[in-house]
Amino acid sequence: MWKTILRRILIMIPEIIILSIIVFLLAKAMPGDPFTGSINPRAGVAQIHHLMEVNGLYDPWYQQYWNWVVHLFHGNLGESYQYNEPVTRIIGQRAVNTLWLSLFTVVLTYLIALPMGIYAGRHEGKLPDTVIRFYTYVTYCIPFFVILVLGIWIFGYVLGWFPTTGSVSPTANGTFATIGSRFYHMLLPGILGALFGTVNIVQYLRSEVVDAKSSDYVRTARAKGVPINDIYRHHIFRNSLLPIAAFAGYSITGLLNGAIFTESVFSYPGMGLLFVNSISYRDYTVITALVLLFGILNIFGTLLSDIILSIVDPRIRIE
Amino acid sequence: MATEKILDVRDVSTAFKIDGHFYDAVTHVNLQIKKDEILAIVGESGCGKSTLATTIMGLHDPAETKISGEIDFEGTNLVGLPEDKYNKIRGAKIGMIFQDPLSSLNPLKRVEDQIKEVMDYHTDLSSEKKHARVIELLSQMGIVNPERTAHQFPHELSGGMRQRVVIAIAIACKPDLLIADEPTTALDVTIQAQILDVLLNIQKENHAGIVLITHDLGVVAQTADKVAVMYAGQIVEYGSTKQIFKTPKHPYTRSLLRSIPQLGGESDDLYVISGNVPSLQKMPASGDRFASRIPWIPASDHEKNPQMHEVSSGHLVRCTCYKSFYFPDQKKKKVANELN
Repeated sequence: MWKTILRRILIMIPEIIILSIIVFLLAKAMPGDPFTGSINPRAGVAQIHHLMEVNGLYDPWYQQYWNWVVHLFHGNLGESYQYNEPVTRIIGQRAVNTLWLSLFTVVLTYLIALPMGIYAGRHEGKLPDTVIRFYTYVTYCIPFFVILVLGIWIFGYVLGWFPTTGSVSPTANGTFATIGSRFYHMLLPGILGALFGTVNIVQYLRSEVVDAKSSDYVRTARAKGVPINDIYRHHIFRNSLLPIAAFAGYSITGLLNGAIFTESVFSYPGMGLLFVNSISYRDYTVITALVLLFGILNIFGTLLSDIILSIVDPRIRIE
Repeated sequence: MATEKILDVRDVSTAFKIDGHFYDAVTHVNLQIKKDEILAIVGESGCGKSTLATTIMGLHDPAETKISGEIDFEGTNLVGLPEDKYNKIRGAKIGMIFQDPLSSLNPLKRVEDQIKEVMDYHTDLSSEKKHARVIELLSQMGIVNPERTAHQFPHELSGGMRQRVVIAIAIACKPDLLIADEPTTALDVTIQAQILDVLLNIQKENHAGIVLITHDLGVVAQTADKVAVMYAGQIVEYGSTKQIFKTPKHPYTRSLLRSIPQLGGESDDLYVISGNVPSLQKMPASGDRFASRIPWIPASDHEKNPQMHEVSSGHLVRCTCYKSFYFPDQKKKKVANELN
């Protein structure tokens, strides 16, 4: 199996190279430039040209790309045009925020989704199943940002249970209070993200359980005289959870997509909010770095899914 | 000992709920099986053979099915038996072999664990003893390298091997009754013969009664002691294998036997029974259920409410139409006979 994983990692290298070229070119293809909006309005066109020249923005694309890659290998992603700070430092701070929020969301998602899906599948057609299905359809139909805005309005504004912006309260003093405040700020975006994220898992798991219930191997187990609760424990749950386990790797992708919405709506200083802001400022260095990072995380997520699947499902052993 | 009755199915009907109504899939079936006996149930697809088997095993959801009659298994009536008591019998005293050996095994469990599972619930054997029994069973099944097979997953085995594993599960606790639901249908002919041999060998050792469900009349002729021919949920003919094959009476039995391809037969054309088994909702409420497929027989030849008639000792036939039944191409001969 190690061979397979090593080969998959080797295949990832050309994937990442192609990804980086595309990302770089797409960022360059955006109209506008990083300076027009940010310098003294009295400065002339010549000055902007000068800045463009100095920063190498008039070089041919492959030249610019090559410089970028060489710097990349020195751990230097360039400076943000917007913040005049190294890109690595800007992303670094926010990546930690996004990481904690994503981790919290994913844990919460599975904590909610697994019991729901299993319960709905086992008691298919009964009232709780109908309620759960209704919930999943409704949540599925509402756009994510609408859920977020509604959530903020109801729980943040009307009821006032949760903070509606930021990742930590500026008045929090001491390590303990800071951690507490950070967690408090994560709660509402985390819960709303999890409620949205559960939908796919619940529906998938439910139909897996329903299928497994009427499968031939479950009939065989019943013919062996295995009590129904044991059949659920030893046969149905394990077999149904398998595709869900494999799904975990891909959920990284979903979380990053979700982060863009969640962080924008909650003004939560993470990578998603940084990404949206950087696009409006044409902050090329930050955009390319972030898209590349998201892309690499996606590729790793897929790899993770394949590895998980090959561990839990004996039928998948790629030689 | 050899004549001990194990299973007595008396007047059993199984009805399925479809759109709020119950429809009979099996109607008033009577069967007996003794130790060391093989009873074959034959009939085409959709005539209730498998439903009868799963009814005996109690595998139906009580909310969706209605079972009436009495299934006497070694003195216990299985109809309406609570699940916990049924679980003591299933796997231990009645073993079942299923049709499709690939889907009948859990794809995520090793062969050994799947065979051990049945022993977990019905024996107090230690783990080592269970392992020894698994190896013993697999070699009894004619598996060459049982240690290796025990550690494999179902997808690593061939169809024939998988079916051997399914049989090993069914006989692991030496049941008194074995229900084999088309055990050879999914396999090719050479493997079929091997699997049947395995079944016969088990029976010699365990003295179990076997209910063999099949639509392969060749298999029946080779193995069965008694035959029940089922059509549209009813048994239409019942007798010893010899009686059924030498002197078939019911039009359905005769049609089935006639539709077997014969090497070197007079005609190249294969006899085909026209039409299909009526679906559950379209089952005629009274009259001979086979009548619609032999339309050249006048209605007056059928009984209004077809009963079983004993034509010779232990040989039962439903409906009186067998007396005047003939195949369409035999008509001339028959008319000629009547004139003489």
